[in-house]
Amino acid sequence: MKHTLSVLVENKPGVLMRITSLFARRGFNIDSLAVGPTERHDVSRITIRVDCETSPLEQIEKQMHKLVNVLRVSELVPGESIERELVLMKVSAPPAKRAELMALGEVFGARVVDLGPDSIVFELTGPPEDVDSFEELVRPHGLQELVRTGRIGLGRAHRPNRNRPRQHVLA
Amino acid sequence: MRCNGADAILRSLEAEGVDVAFGLPGGAILPLYDAFARGTTVRHVLARHEQGAGHMAEGYARASGRPGVAIATSGPGATNLVTPIADAWMDSTPLVCITGQVRSNLIGSDAFQECDITGITIPIVKHSWLVQDVEELPHVIKAAFHVARTGRCGPVLVDVPRDIQEAELDFSYPDAVSLPGWKPPRRGHERQILAAAQAIAAAERPILYAGGGVLNAGATDELRALADAGRLPVVTTLMAKGAFPETHELHAGWPGMHGPKWSNYALNKADLIVAVGARFDDRVTGKVSAFAPGAAVVHLDIDAAEISKIRRADVPVVGPLKPVLAELARLIEPVPGRTEPWLRQIAEWREAFPLRYRNDGDMLKPQLVLETLQELTAGRDDVVWTTGVGQHQMWAMQYLVCDQPRSFITSGGLGTMGYGVPAAIGAKAARPDATVVCVDGDGCFQMTQQELATAVLEELPIVVVIVNNGYLGMVRQWQDMFFEERFSQIRLTHTVPDYAGLARAYGAEGFTVESEDDLEAALSEALACGRTAVVDARVDPREHCFPMIPAGAAALDLVEFEETVEV
Repeated sequence: MKHTLSVLVENKPGVLMRITSLFARRGFNIDSLAVGPTERHDVSRITIRVDCETSPLEQIEKQMHKLVNVLRVSELVPGESIERELVLMKVSAPPAKRAELMALGEVFGARVVDLGPDSIVFELTGPPEDVDSFEELVRPHGLQELVRTGRIGLGRAHRPNRNRPRQHVLA
Repeated sequence: MRCNGADAILRSLEAEGVDVAFGLPGGAILPLYDAFARGTTVRHVLARHEQGAGHMAEGYARASGRPGVAIATSGPGATNLVTPIADAWMDSTPLVCITGQVRSNLIGSDAFQECDITGITIPIVKHSWLVQDVEELPHVIKAAFHVARTGRCGPVLVDVPRDIQEAELDFSYPDAVSLPGWKPPRRGHERQILAAAQAIAAAERPILYAGGGVLNAGATDELRALADAGRLPVVTTLMAKGAFPETHELHAGWPGMHGPKWSNYALNKADLIVAVGARFDDRVTGKVSAFAPGAAVVHLDIDAAEISKIRRADVPVVGPLKPVLAELARLIEPVPGRTEPWLRQIAEWREAFPLRYRNDGDMLKPQLVLETLQELTAGRDDVVWTTGVGQHQMWAMQYLVCDQPRSFITSGGLGTMGYGVPAAIGAKAARPDATVVCVDGDGCFQMTQQELATAVLEELPIVVVIVNNGYLGMVRQWQDMFFEERFSQIRLTHTVPDYAGLARAYGAEGFTVESEDDLEAALSEALACGRTAVVDARVDPREHCFPMIPAGAAALDLVEFEETVEV
C-alpha cells in the first residue's frame, strides 16, 4: 500500500541520508522524494512516497522520530491533505499533431512552456492522479522525456472531522 | 580561553567529568594527542587495536553507567571502531567516539587514511557530527554526551578534521545545547501507568520480564520495589543479569535460547508479561507466534519504537523506567496471596528442571569451571564479570550468580566475539577496586588477545578464564545438532597457542588446567594474585550447552540435556 510521509527536519547535512537509510535497510523502494525549504529558514520538509505495509511503516516512522534532526513526522492521509506534483514532459509534435496535443493539454490545464519544430514541452501541476492521467493520454503521441518533482503535500486548511495527520508523539 | 580545537576537546571531556578515555593515535588525530601531552585530567588508556579501545569504552560504560569514550584516527582507525559502535547500538550502551578526519580541504579526495566514517556508521549511531567549524566544537561535544546518555542510551560519533583540531577558538563550555529534534520522553503517561497497575493486580500469573533498559535507567531499586510490592516473579534477560538480585526468592531465572526450562516456562505460561526495558529479542522469544500464547503484555520502555515492534503491547507505557516503575509500585493494589500459587508453580518447575550435565569421562567439563568460579566468588559484591560470545557466555549466564547491578557485562545483541577481554579492561578502569573476571572462549580470546598488553602496561589487572574447548564451540554444537555432525572449519586446538605461555609473554600470570584436580587452585591463585592472569582451562569439546531452544522453535519446545532434537 502506498503512503505519503511528511517529515519536518532541521536543515543540516546528512539528514536526508539518515532518513532514507531507514527505508533502504529494509529493502523498501521510495517512489518519490521531494525536499525543500519551509516557512522557517532552518527547517526543511521532506515528502516521501513509499509502497509498504502499514506495520513496518509505523516502525520506520517511530525510528525516524528518534533521529536528532527530525522535528516532526506525519502521514498525509488522503482526503485530509492536499497533494500536488509538477511534471515536465517533452512530446513528439510534428506540426500536424500540434493542435490536437495542445487541446489535450488544455483539458488538463497543462501549459506549453516550450515549442520546437518537432516537439512540445508541457508543464502540468496538479494532483498526482491527474498527472498520471495526462501522462497516459500523451504517451501514445510519443513521449520523449519526462520529469516529475515527486509529490508534495500539506494537511488541509479545513478538516471537517478535525482529525490531525497521524503523528507519533514520544512523550 | 584561547586554545586550539584539540585542547577544546579535552577541556570539553573534562567538563563532562570524563576520567578515562580509551584510544590509539594516528595521523589525523595527532593534534588531540599533542593536547594530551600538554596535560589533562583525562587518563588515556592506550589500546593495541581500536576495536579494543571501543570495547574498553563499552565495558567502562556498562560498569559505571557513564558514557565511555573511545578515540581513534581517521580511515582504518575509525573503521576499526565500527564493531564496537554496532555493539553499543544493539545493547544501548552510551558510547562517545571521537575520530580524527583528514583536513577539511581533502575530504572527498580519497586522501591518505580518509574514509567517510559518519556515512559508514549512519545505521548504527544515535547521531554523528562532522565538525566543520572549530567554534562548533564545544557545542558538538556537549550535544554528543547529551544524546548518548539521554533517552535510550547508545553510541554517537564526532568526526573532527585535523585542521579543525588545530584551529583556534575562544573556548567556553556551554551549559546547554539546542537540539530541537531531540525530545526523549520525560515521564510516563499517568493513565497508562494506572492501566498497567490494574492489569498487574488482575493477573493470576504475572511476570516481570526485565531487560537491559533497567540497568541503563538506574532503576534496579524501583524494579525490586515493584516485584516486592506485587509479589511478582522476575526473569532477567542476558543484558539484565544482575538488574534483580539472583538470590532473591522472586528471581525466576533467565529466559531464552539457553535459559533454564523453568525460566522459559515461567515466562511462556504467564497470563501477563510486564516487559521492563526489554525488546522481545528473538533469542528470548524463540518462535514469536508461539511465544507466551496466553499472555497479555504491559510494555514499559523509554523507546516508543520498541512498543509493539515484535509483540503487540496491550498496555504500552513510554517513559523513563525509574519514575515509571516507582509510580507503578505505588499504584498497584495487589490482592494479598493472589500470586502465591503461581510462585509455587514456578518453584516446582525450578525443582523439576534444574540445569544438568554429567561430570564423567576423563576431560574437564566446562560447566564445572563456571561452577567452581561461582563457588570461589560466592557472596562477594566486588566481582565484575565480562564474557565473550558463545557457549562459555551461556554457561556463565547459567552458573554465575549476580546480585549486583552492572556486575555482568556481555555482548548481547550483536554477539561480538572478542568483547570480553577489552570490556574487562574498561570495567577495571571504571571500578579499580573490583575484581574483574573475563570468562572467555578460546575463539573469542584470540580475537582481542593483544589487549593483554594494555591490561599489563596500563596496570588494569584482569583475570581471564578461557573455557578452552579447542573449537569454535557454539558453531560445533550447531553443526553437531543441526548439520548432521558435519564439522566444518571449527577446529582451533587446545594447545595452539599455549595460552599460559602467551600470557607470560605479555608479562601476565599464566595457568594451564587440564583436570578437575588443578582447577580450584589455579582459579584461586589467579583471582588472588592481583595481577593480570590467564587461566587456560582445557575442557571437553563434546559438551553442548543445554537447555536450548532450537532456532525457529517455540520456547516451550526447548531441548534439555540428553534429550534428542528433531532436525
